[in-house]
Amino acid sequence: MAITEDRPLAIGTGSAATVTAPLGSFTRPSGNTGWKSWLTSVDHKRIGIMYGVGAMFFFLVGGIEALLIRLQLSVPDNNVLSENAYNQIFTMHGITMVFLVVMPMAAAFANYLLPLQIGARDVAFPRLNAFSFWCWLFGAIFVNSAWFLGGGADCGWFCYAPNSNPVFSPSNGVDFYAIGLQITGIASLVSAVNLIVTVLNLRAPGMTLMRMPVFTWMTLVTQVLLLFAIPVITVALFLLMFDRLFDSNFFNVDAGADPLLWEHLFWIFGHPEVYIMILPSFGIISETIPVFSRKPIFGYPFMVFSGIAIGFMGWGVWAHHMFASGIGPISVAAFSISTMFIAVPTGVKILNWLATMWGGKLRFTVSMMFSIGLVSMFTIGGLSGVTHAVAPSDTQQTDTYYIVAHFHYVLFGGALLGLFAGFYFWWPKMFGYFLSEKVGKIHFWLTLIGFNLTFGPMHILGLQGMSRRIPTYSDWQGFNFWNMVSTIGAFLIAISLLVFFFNIAASRKASKTMPNPGPDPWDARSLEWSIPSPTPEHNFDTVPEVKDFDDWWHRKYGENADGEIVRIANAEDIAQDGLGHPHLPAPSYWPIVLAAGLPFIGYGLIFSLWWCVPGAMMVIAAMFGWALEPPDDFELPDHGHDGDGDGDHAELEAGETAGELASGDAVENPEEAPVG
Amino acid sequence: MADVLTPAVEDHADHGHDDHHEEHLPTNTGLSHNKLGMWVFLGSECLLFGGLISTFLLLKGRHEGQVEEGLIEGEAALATEVFDIWFTSLSSFVLLMSSLTMVLAVSAANRGDSVRTRLWLTTTAFLGSVFIAGQVYEFTSFVREGLGYTTNQFSSAFYTLTGFHGIHVTLGILMLVALVMLSFSGRLNKGNAETVEIVGLYWHFVDVVWIFVFTIVYLVP
Repeated sequence: MAITEDRPLAIGTGSAATVTAPLGSFTRPSGNTGWKSWLTSVDHKRIGIMYGVGAMFFFLVGGIEALLIRLQLSVPDNNVLSENAYNQIFTMHGITMVFLVVMPMAAAFANYLLPLQIGARDVAFPRLNAFSFWCWLFGAIFVNSAWFLGGGADCGWFCYAPNSNPVFSPSNGVDFYAIGLQITGIASLVSAVNLIVTVLNLRAPGMTLMRMPVFTWMTLVTQVLLLFAIPVITVALFLLMFDRLFDSNFFNVDAGADPLLWEHLFWIFGHPEVYIMILPSFGIISETIPVFSRKPIFGYPFMVFSGIAIGFMGWGVWAHHMFASGIGPISVAAFSISTMFIAVPTGVKILNWLATMWGGKLRFTVSMMFSIGLVSMFTIGGLSGVTHAVAPSDTQQTDTYYIVAHFHYVLFGGALLGLFAGFYFWWPKMFGYFLSEKVGKIHFWLTLIGFNLTFGPMHILGLQGMSRRIPTYSDWQGFNFWNMVSTIGAFLIAISLLVFFFNIAASRKASKTMPNPGPDPWDARSLEWSIPSPTPEHNFDTVPEVKDFDDWWHRKYGENADGEIVRIANAEDIAQDGLGHPHLPAPSYWPIVLAAGLPFIGYGLIFSLWWCVPGAMMVIAAMFGWALEPPDDFELPDHGHDGDGDGDHAELEAGETAGELASGDAVENPEEAPVG
Repeated sequence: MADVLTPAVEDHADHGHDDHHEEHLPTNTGLSHNKLGMWVFLGSECLLFGGLISTFLLLKGRHEGQVEEGLIEGEAALATEVFDIWFTSLSSFVLLMSSLTMVLAVSAANRGDSVRTRLWLTTTAFLGSVFIAGQVYEFTSFVREGLGYTTNQFSSAFYTLTGFHGIHVTLGILMLVALVMLSFSGRLNKGNAETVEIVGLYWHFVDVVWIFVFTIVYLVP
């Protein structure tokens, strides 16, 4: 990446006479091998992979917490965990799974795929992208470090006031929650700005908005939701932090505060948040289902606009989390209706996936099975969700296991199954080898059976009146059987996850003797399949020129005289060869330094303000280092700098011209373009 | 934010285009990444201040109401008594005038007039500092009169909202100072005048927020 000494000049327009010396006292790092290069990398693909690895690690942490919960609840009057420990475990399980697993796993796909799907070489702000990742990672470590510093948060993931104030939650756990989630919030916000600008600004020629793949669209909607939801939770967490650290009175009921303020602020963030978690998975299976049905997505504009509609309506349903809070009959009626309405665009999506599969040549790969798993399991979760829109029924169900069943059906049965579909689908593109289909099918069935055994019975338990967040139950309450079933299911899920990890290890080992899967192993439709696997560092040798929705498919297939679809080109022949050497933004030390300062400030706020000093010094030093860092491409004065990215885009345009001369086969011939 | 301050390489002359920066940007929207990024970020900031203003509106009358009803103990009429409306109006005027000088700075930067760019940037930073000094004085005098941060819900919400705004202004001043330093080192010129414009966007946004905050906190009874 950007080896400044000997990389060939892409074009000859830069005048060597105007070379400027590096401006800062540090030169930029230049290596791209070894573990150290990952710390300074600004490559969106590496950052995506790091997000994925980090999320998988926290998936294990959150999974162990889930197993402890299920162990405690497996038999009545159990005492595996104390009440206090139980509170911490279920709270940390929720925080971990929401903020440290599903969101970053979606971010992994977004980072990796977004530039590829729109035909870009990187995101708009590569260094900010690296900062997002490190900020998220350090925030995640910060939140979990509470385990070693007096115990985790114990107020539930939505941490209602006054439970969150120091009287009811005297340990530092809630402080770690409030500050840690602000740090991960910064990561999400920066990432949202970055990806929105990327989609709006960096699309390849011809890639209009309505030609973007559905995954890109759903990611865009997700990032817009994040952009507006994160500041609201930041305000709430800030007020909570000030209440706990500096004795302000926002949620102090003794001083007359209104605990509903927290509920409103939290759920104005919290409800868009559930769409932030589910929409990326909707996007993923909108890519896999057409590929494995060998049909274009049914009703593409409807898919896009129903996603946008969910994004808008997601802001108008938050108070359905508060039907039992006494918000008044008019509010309850209004939010009931809006909650029923938001089921409509979601239903449109479900029906469109079904219509995509209808009459298609289905290939039941593991990825497709997970996708179909999402469609069916999410539908169950969606239907139980609609029952919550009926306020009288919801008042009965509030804080019972029925709610727990519902949101696990949409988040595990929806978001996580979709993410697994994505892993099996894009694994060859990311790493250059297939995950074993055979082991994958065991993984899928274990996951599906374990998932339904775990969460299916919770519907019954909830309707029988079992409360969530109560550490145990008595023998006479009649909850014994289904709780035991649920615990068995949870351990099945754990085994299925081990099977997944085994699959990765075994497939990786087997791949040493296997041929490369080639650029387009699934006969797929979007641009990321027009380049070699694994993706070359610079993504595209020449920037593709997009003429159609599903452009890559249309380059491979056309119609013959009888109107039948026939293959007109082999993927291997028309794919780019990945041998170009376009100039890329150089790595940077500063994103990780800047992010590393934030947890120190957090510890300082909790324990002793002195700790803030080194943290703040790191942050300030990193900001100056960042701003004064020499542009990576000072040799070519006409290229600007990587920070605003227009430099590499200019390069990319220039590289296109050079590339066209070098490799004409990468450019689509007009004759081959099918009628679309 | 720091990205805004990253110096661009100066020489565009031999690129075959003329000096209008926009023509170097082959982006889909026609806006540079930095500028679009700033707009997107400001969209997010709206919700941040929206949350804080809502909190303030919810809590501002609540304390007095509860004291009058005898639900809690405390002094009822402390909240709005301490305001010195003329003083705050004056400092608000100073802040709003800084938007004018910011516009002049952007204009000078676009013309490539670095002397006037520096002059107006410095003036903007100075006016911003006057506003911040006024806020520090105001906070100090309120605390002396007995309205501490923890006194009641009104005071907590008031200091948090106005303090958040003050921190935003302070960050803006730091950006302006950094621009002046860049200009002195010769790295702020016609080619990257857009950097000044982007900082200007932020500065105007913070001013507009103050119009809302001032109206809601000080003027609405």
